[in-house]
Order: sequence, then structure tokens, then C-alpha cells
Amino acid sequence: MGKFQLFPVQASTLAPEVDHLLYFLLAVTVFFTVLIFGAIFYFAIKYRRRSENELPHVQHTGYTLEILWSVIPFGITMVMFTWGASIFFTASKPPNNAIQIYAVGKQWMWKLEHLEGQREINELHIPVNTPVRLTMASEDVIHSFFVPAFRTKQDVVPGRYSTTWFTATKPGKYHLFCAEYCGTNHSGMIGWVYAMEPMDYQNWLSGGAAEGSMAETGKKLFEQLACNNCHKEDNSGRGPNLVGVFGKQVQLAGGGVVTADEAYFRESILQPQAKIVSGFEPVMPTFQGLVTEEQLVQLVEYVKSLGPKPGTGPVDNGQKPAPKKSSNAGSTPANR
Amino acid sequence: MADHAPTETLALRVQFDTEAQQKDAATLGMWLFLITEIMFFGGMFAVYTVYRSWYPDVFAIASSSLNEIIGALNTGVLLLSSFTMVLAVRAGQLGQQKAIVMFLILTLLFGGVFLGVKAYEWNQKFEEHHIPGQAAFHLDGVLPGDQGHAQLFFSIYFAMTGLHALHMVIGVGILLILIVQARKGRFSASYYTPVDVAGLYWHFVDIIWIFLFPLLYLIDRHLVK
Amino acid sequence: MITAAAQEREHYLNASYGLKSWLLTKDHKRIGLLYLATITLFFFIGGAFATLIRVELLTPQGDLVSSETYNKLFTMHGVMMIFFFLIPSIPAVLGNFFLPMMIGARDLAFPKLNLLSWYLLVVGGLFSLYAMLAGGVDTGWTFYTPYSTTYSNGYVIATALGIFIAGFSSILTGLNFIVTIHRMRAPGMTWFRMPLFVWAHYATSLIQVLGTPVLAVTIVLLFLERVFHLGIFDPARGGDPVLFQHLFWFYSHPAVYIMVLPSMGVVSEIISTFSRKAIFGYRIVAFSSVAIAVLGFLVWGHHLFVSGQSLYAGMVFSFLSYFVAIPSAIKVFNWTATLYKGSISFQTPMLYALGFIGLFTIGGLTGLFVAALGIDIHVTDTYFVVAHFHYIMVGGALMGYLGGMHFWWPKMTGRMYPEGWAKLSALVIFLGFNLTFFPQFILGYLGMPRRYHVYPPEFQVLNVLSTAGASVLAVGYMIPMIYFIWSLRYGKEAPANPWGATGLEWQTSSPPPVHNFEETPVVTHGAYDYASLMAEEAEVG
Repeated sequence: MGKFQLFPVQASTLAPEVDHLLYFLLAVTVFFTVLIFGAIFYFAIKYRRRSENELPHVQHTGYTLEILWSVIPFGITMVMFTWGASIFFTASKPPNNAIQIYAVGKQWMWKLEHLEGQREINELHIPVNTPVRLTMASEDVIHSFFVPAFRTKQDVVPGRYSTTWFTATKPGKYHLFCAEYCGTNHSGMIGWVYAMEPMDYQNWLSGGAAEGSMAETGKKLFEQLACNNCHKEDNSGRGPNLVGVFGKQVQLAGGGVVTADEAYFRESILQPQAKIVSGFEPVMPTFQGLVTEEQLVQLVEYVKSLGPKPGTGPVDNGQKPAPKKSSNAGSTPANR
Repeated sequence: MADHAPTETLALRVQFDTEAQQKDAATLGMWLFLITEIMFFGGMFAVYTVYRSWYPDVFAIASSSLNEIIGALNTGVLLLSSFTMVLAVRAGQLGQQKAIVMFLILTLLFGGVFLGVKAYEWNQKFEEHHIPGQAAFHLDGVLPGDQGHAQLFFSIYFAMTGLHALHMVIGVGILLILIVQARKGRFSASYYTPVDVAGLYWHFVDIIWIFLFPLLYLIDRHLVK
Repeated sequence: MITAAAQEREHYLNASYGLKSWLLTKDHKRIGLLYLATITLFFFIGGAFATLIRVELLTPQGDLVSSETYNKLFTMHGVMMIFFFLIPSIPAVLGNFFLPMMIGARDLAFPKLNLLSWYLLVVGGLFSLYAMLAGGVDTGWTFYTPYSTTYSNGYVIATALGIFIAGFSSILTGLNFIVTIHRMRAPGMTWFRMPLFVWAHYATSLIQVLGTPVLAVTIVLLFLERVFHLGIFDPARGGDPVLFQHLFWFYSHPAVYIMVLPSMGVVSEIISTFSRKAIFGYRIVAFSSVAIAVLGFLVWGHHLFVSGQSLYAGMVFSFLSYFVAIPSAIKVFNWTATLYKGSISFQTPMLYALGFIGLFTIGGLTGLFVAALGIDIHVTDTYFVVAHFHYIMVGGALMGYLGGMHFWWPKMTGRMYPEGWAKLSALVIFLGFNLTFFPQFILGYLGMPRRYHVYPPEFQVLNVLSTAGASVLAVGYMIPMIYFIWSLRYGKEAPANPWGATGLEWQTSSPPPVHNFEETPVVTHGAYDYASLMAEEAEVG
């Protein structure tokens, strides 16, 4: 990958969409640039001053031109807005059948974790033609996960989960960059995304982790941290039973409902009193400072593995979990 | 010699054509400055709004740890100081030299009382370990997982009351200068603009407090306890 | 420095001598020159940082400086250029000098406050300069938390304090201008007879007064968090790092209009003068300045499209961002239409003004790219954005500033600059500028992130082109420095109105007298009334 290029490769389903809008914008830009430059050149030459005492006597009346050159550009910009917004909407909603991968950014590296347990540093192997939903966390400052060939980018903000998704279309090796300035080695926080044919991806996966899947590691943590003392699967514990809770609507003490997604799980581990399930006492201790972001995603995957909702929940694009009095927007993914 | 400018007086500087124009400009200038102050404090009010909406219960508990009686009394003191300030301006309009000085001094004294009480309140917070950022921070009635949110309340409390107090200190400084000038007979019925615009500033600082007091001291008072 | 003829006549430069007469002056014209010296110094410091950046980026590896140093270079380049050059530039130099004259006033409403504004800029600049010399700051000019509050080891507070102090300079200047325009117009100078330069500064002043205080409080919060560990932006305590971004950009987006609106005002004056024709659609252009100021406050979230704000907030901000583009487009069309059937001459100020229109058009059109949500995902935080804002700030605002400096130099100094050299440097700047920044659009879309010390080798060719352009640009900026200083002693003596321009400032001598006008003018016609002007001149003979 040292070849000089003028245009980035299109390697995802999103890329051609973004590029088409780019072409439209380029066309409009070229049109107006030529129009203005052309008009200026033409007028400058045609109306150049020929004598010192020349005095133009031009009366411009009426607002017709003004209206025309306000309304038409406005119409064009509204096309741009709508088109751009629809792409953004698509890019914000991972499909239901996306496979889940986790990313943790820290100064100055990317740690990727597959559900099956494979861990990668600064490299991400994914299968082509399969939507991938990347849930991301930061251990320190704000980072940003940027894959130019996919035309995707999402900031990774400490204290919350961010989500991005993509479907790779061409096998190959693509740059991964951190795109939010994060300190000394910001420009070293780069890597590669390897998009592979599904067979090759399966082979790569099975060559993988010694420790077992994320859910298995999470289960070990769940026991080590004594979560299972209160969250029992037979409803006899002081904490709610977590089996089958993923993706469901949960009644909160004090009214209100929340969707039990990854962000809710993470928040409940770090700030247990924030959204207490109705019918339970606020006795859960906080694990803030006792678990890393990596351990958090493993715990989250374990709870998710207790069923029942497979695949994706609602998009959590770095927003704070839904406030008490309303429920999270239901999952209405666009299928791409 | 091309300089046709007339000699300057306090009430008619060389850049103005009439005394009315000068007074008008000064007043407009001060109002504009107060608008910048609204934007300045506005940023903090925005921060307050965001975090109170996210953590309403913790904010209510934290708010109840403030002494609302003292806060209310201090509010009264500040309102009194605005009243004496108005009287000082009135004295200016009437050209009553001695009254100008007296009312400015009273305003200063009330302002000083306010600041003194504030210092006492801050000291209280220090003793109760309600200073955010310190290891010993602890707010009773709030669970360990929410202590951080309580720290947010007190961060906002100290930032806003601190900024307000800073503005009062500047106001006190302005009053001192005015008192000195008034004693030298600088002001009269035809020129008391500095007292007038200083009054505007003082009232503004007072109004900021009128917003701060309920927002900080009185959250959900009817519910808690 | 003063010619024999001018020596006979007293004007603002020779009415008094000595350091005190300058450092304690209340004359808006002298204060304008004090600012000129100050911001020129800051410009060259910021430019020195830019030079080092571009030289480092000649190669993909980091071989000139360490990463830490590089991060400080781009931070300090941004801080110097934005807060200590661009924001003051036109208002503080040309606005201070000419706004009172244009409306027929003897000075601004608050001359002592004006002097204070200058001192505040100097003190603020010295603070930030001290921070840079003591070791520098590496947060980026945007100071995002939690890096700036918790992780950075640089001189964050000193730099931020310098910006805070300079912010008051900006606020007080804006306040001064607003009161002056409202209360000190000469008899007959109605709002719609004011030059568009004044309208532009009125709109700019509105932004300075309303927006800068929010930056000030953001810096205060940053200070409290970093020094006293308060926690407002600390996620561990429930704080929100993105809240900082909202507060920061609430000012910093309108700030870009502080930087470009005055330039637009300059362009209006120059286009009109060198076409000898009133600006087409005067009222529309005047209103568009105010519209930009107002709408500019509603779009800050377009800097946060991928930062974690909600999908729907993103849509609202994108929609409004397209709105704010329209008044700027209207101005470009109106300027172009002014040329139609005009009588056009091509002295240097006109070259800069025409260059402004071209480059601002490109810069503004690329704004439409970044306003599109779908595209911004890809290009935000890349060189595409860097190219976009440099087209507006350098290709636009700075060219307008240089055009204005050439236009009003004769009035300010009583001397003409050498036209041949000036035209040459305008051309060099135009070419150098495009070579520097056009490749960056391509780099950005390719995916080169901004603020990168090292980069993948396939980006090198475009980087080399950009650096080549920067070296040409640097030469282009040096030449005017030299001939402007040269002209103070050797330049041809300037008449009162070398360009045949309308506007009250041209009716007084070059350089102007201390109190601007021998008598307060009475205004009887609108701005850009060339017919009346030429009739009067014919009468006088």
C-alpha cells in the first residue's frame, strides 16, 4: 500500500453512496466556480476602464435577480441536505443481522475483541459482505475510529459506548486511523482492517483465542467479582435475574422504562443507582475503578449471551442512556 | 492649526457633540456590557441545566445541604444594597453630594456583608467535606455510586457563586472609586453618569444572584426532608 | 518619513512625538497602527510555526521534530493565527482607523476603552507567547477535554489565560463599534447611507459581543477543572466531555464569521471603488451581513456530527448550516453583478478583492460538502476540513485584509506603495496559496487525518506539493512587508483620494488630521455615489 492515489478505494456498501453525493457536490461546485470565475473574467475584460473620466450610469431596479439567486441555491442546498441526511441515517443504524465486535481505544492503540475471544491490537479481521457492528469504548481521552476505505468514522468518548457499523465489500487491507487528536502518539494510533472472504475469516477465527470467547471470559469475571451472589438465575437473589434480559424493556423504580442494551449494562455496573429495576433495593455497589473498559465489554457480552435477543439492540451512538421518563427509541434498522 | 476641537469637560468629551449624546452612549455601552455578562453566566447556567436534568435526585439532596435561611437572608442583604444604590443614583440626579456618598457607602457595606456571609458558607462546605475534587469528598444521603454526581453539583455551586462573588468584588472596587470621586465633588446633577452606569452593573450582579439562589439552594425543597 | 508638503500640514502622525504619545494615545488612528504592529508580529510567529509544520510534512516520517513538538507546533499555529491575528486583524486595524471617519465621527465612542483593548491583546499575546516559549501546549487550538483537563502536560492554563484576556479585547472593540455606529453618525448619515464596510463591522461586533463571553466561561471551566479538579467534564464523575465541545463551538463557530465578515466589508468597498459603481443590491448585502451573524449562532453542532450528539441534533445542525451559506452566496453574486457595466481598473486592491471572491467561493462551496452529514462522516478531522477553512481564512479573510491594507495605505501613511511589486506579490500569493491548499482537499478525501505528525507514504506526493506551495506563499507575504516599510520613506506622496473612491475618509487629507475632519461633515447622499463625487471634483477642478 504505497501507491500514489488521487481517490480512495471503495470497500464498503456505504462508500459508493458517499461518493455519489460527493460527485453531485463536485458538479455543483465546478458549475458555480466556473460561473463566477467566468463572469468575473468576462466582465473584467469587457468593462475595463477605458478613460479616466468614465462614469457608468447603470440603474438596477427590482429584486428579481436577488430572489432568483437566493431561492435556486437554497433549493440545491436542500437537495444536498436531504441526501446527506439519508446517508447519515443509514450509517447510524446497523442492520439486525450484524456481527458484533468490540473496540477499546486507549493512548495510543486500538484493542479489538471478537465475541469468539480473539483479540487484536491495531488490526481488525472481518468477513466481507457481512455487516459488522463495532461497539467502542475509550479508556482515557476521546479517540475516533476512522476507516477511509469504508467512509466511516465515529468518535470514541470516555464514559460511554459509541457505535459504528460497516459492510466490507472487497477483500483487502485498509487503513485504520485514529481521527481525534489524543496526545503525543496520535498519528501512531493506526492500523489495518483486513476484509476477508468468509471462508478465510472462519479459518482465521478458529486459529484464535486461547482464553475462550468474550462471553466465557465475561462469565469468569462475573464470578470473580461476585456478581452471581446477587444476580441469580433462579430469581432468589437481591438483584434482578439477568437471563434473557438483553434487549427487553425494563421497568424502573420510580417509573419509566429503559431498554436493556449494552449501554444500560455498562452504566449499571459503574453507576448502579442510576436506573434501578422496579421492585429492587438500591444495594448494588459500584465497580467504578475496579473494572477496565475491556472487562466491561466482556461482562456485557456475557450478560448478552444469557439470551434471548440475538444480534443488535438499538443503536447507541454515544448518547447518554435514555433519561428516566422515556424509553429508548426502538430498533428500526435499515437493512443494507 | 487644524485642531478645532473644544476643550473637554467631564460631561462633554471631545468625541461627542452634545452632553446628551455622551450620556446616551455611556448607558448603551453599559447595557451592551451587561448583555455580554448574560452570555458569560449563561454558559454556566447551561452546564447547570444539563447536569440537573441528568441527575435530578442527587442535585436535590446536594442542594438541601446548603443553608437556605442564610441564603435567603443574604439575598435580602443584596436586594437592600440594590435599593441603596438606587438611592445613590437618585441623589446624583438631584445633585445631593453628601447623599451620594452616604448611599454609595451603604451599598458598599451591604455588599461587604454579602461577601462575608458567602465566605462563611464556603467555609461550611469545606468543613463538611463538600469540596469537589478532594479525596475526602462525601455527601450524606447519596450512595457511593452517585458521589461523583454530587461532586458535579458542588463544582457548579462553587464555580457559579465564585464567579458571582468575583463580580461583586469588582463591583465593590468600582464603588470605592466612586466614593472617592464623589467625596471630591466630581458628580453633580448635570454629570452623574458613572454612578448611573455603576448602578446598572450592580443591579445586574444582584439579578444574577436572584437566579442563583433558587437554582442552587431550593431544588425540590418541598420534597426533600 | 514625512514629506516637505506634509510637514507643513499637521496630521495625526506628526501632531505629537514620543513613546508616551503613542502608548497613551486616545486617537483611534494611532491605536489602529499600534494594532497593526502587534498583529503583524503575531502573524509572523504563527507563520513560523506553519513553516515548520510544512517542512516536517515533506516526509512521511517524523524526522525534523519529535511528535510532542509537532503537536505543539500545530496547536500554537492555530492559537496564534486565530486569536491573535485573524480575530483582531481587520476590525482592530482598519475598523479602528476608518469606522469613525466613514460615519463622520471624530473618534470612537470610548477612546480610552479602545486603548485598553489594545493593551489587553498585547498582554494576552504575551501570556500565550510565554507559554509557547516556556515549553508549549499540545492540545490543539480546540482544547478538547479530557485531554486538556487531565492528560496534557503542556502549558494549557497559561495559553488559555492569554486567549481569555485577548477575548476581552475583542469584546470591548465590538462594544465600542456598536455604540459608535448607533450614536455617533454625522448629520445625514442614515443607516442606509453607511458604507458596507461599516455594516460588516456592525455585524461582526454583534458576534464579538454575544459569542466571545461564552468562550470566556468555557476557558474558566477548563481552568477550574484542570487546576481545582472540579469535574464538570470528567466522565468518571458523570461529567460529559462532549459538553465542552458544545460550549467551545458555540463561540468558535460564530468566531469564523468574526474573521470573514470584516473582509467582506473590505471587498465591498474595493469592488465598488474599482468598478466606479455602487454595489449591486446594497441593502441586500447589508442585511446579509447581519443574517450571517445571526444564523452563525445556530450551527455550532456541525462540528459535532461524529462526536456523539444525537442523530436528530445532527440533522437540525446540518439543515441550518445550509441556511447560513445562502447570505454568503448572495454577496458573491452581488459583487459579481457590480462588475457588470462598471468601469473596472486593476490596481492591487482590486486584484486582492477579485482573488477573495474566487477563493472564498471555492472555500464556501466546500463548506457545503462538510455540511452534508453523509460526507462529513468521512471528511471531518481530515485535511479536507483543513483545506476548507484555510481557503476561507487565508484565501478569503487574509486576502481581504491585504487588499484593505493596500487600499487604505495611502490614507493611513500619506504614501503610495509601489504598484508593480504589489501586483507581483498578489499574484505570487494567489498561486502559492492554491498550490498549498488545493492538494489538501485530495489528501483529506483520501483519508489523511489532520494533526498527524507522521503519515503513510502514499500521501507524500500531495504533501510535497503543499509544502512547495507554502514556500511560494511565504515569499509572497514577505514582499509586501518589505515594500510597505520602504514606502514609508521612499513612496510617492499620496493625494487625498488616489482611487477616486467615495466615502468620507477620502474627503480628508492623507494622512488625516488628528480630529479627522476640519468640520463635522453633513451627509447628503448615499454611499457609492460616484456621480456626485465626480461632479464635485469637476467643480473643484
